[in-house]
Amino acid sequence: MAGGSPVQRHAALSQLLSGNAIRIGAHARDWRAAVRVSGEALVASGATDPAYTDEMIATVEQLGPYIVIAPGIALAHSRPSPAVHRSGISLVTLTTPVAFGHRQNDPVSLVVGLAAPDDDGHVTALATLAEFLADDERRAALMAAPTPEAVRRLIGEYEGGLTT
Amino acid sequence: MKILAVCGMGLGTGLLLRMQAEKALRELGIQADLEVADIGTARALASSADLILTSEELAPQLGQVKPKIVTISNFIDLREMVTKLRAAME
Repeated sequence: MAGGSPVQRHAALSQLLSGNAIRIGAHARDWRAAVRVSGEALVASGATDPAYTDEMIATVEQLGPYIVIAPGIALAHSRPSPAVHRSGISLVTLTTPVAFGHRQNDPVSLVVGLAAPDDDGHVTALATLAEFLADDERRAALMAAPTPEAVRRLIGEYEGGLTT
Repeated sequence: MKILAVCGMGLGTGLLLRMQAEKALRELGIQADLEVADIGTARALASSADLILTSEELAPQLGQVKPKIVTISNFIDLREMVTKLRAAME
């Protein structure tokens, strides 16, 4: 696990998703702008430098819209790089959904930004987020959350339920 | 049996595929080794795998490989993973 802090191994979702990495009702005219908002949110949380945002966009330009992992959800990310300081996750809800060019899963209304300095420090958080979003009711509550604090509360409650 | 989960960068969608496949295989009662590979290294590893899991977007970029390729479109839907893995094992 080159470059990864031991503290971040198996960090919980709520540890990797800080309040300043959440954007509610963002406006984006296309997929690049949407990915850029998720990258800027990672920068704001201290997880990345702005260069990583460009790397996330370049990933889609090179490999296509495979990052649209489910109907309406994109997982914007690139590989570990000098522009990544620590594991981090950002969440962006879009006022107007945008197309990424994915055959089944367009348009996208939720962009998850992921930065990772190694292959596995974010595994637990990513698994929690996938399980959270797989439930339609929880996902609808997240999309309707009016503030970053409300999003963090929903996720905190879900994580609390997992450990008891 | 050995399953290779192929994604673009080796740490995002590939991890999701591996997690979902682990759950699905448990449900199906099938023992398998799961490995994640990015698209750049997947071709070299493909010959030792029995099955490849990837997205419809990346599958064409694998080119001609020996193992059967199963494509997933919803990476958080366990039902799709279970249904497609079950069909591939028959």
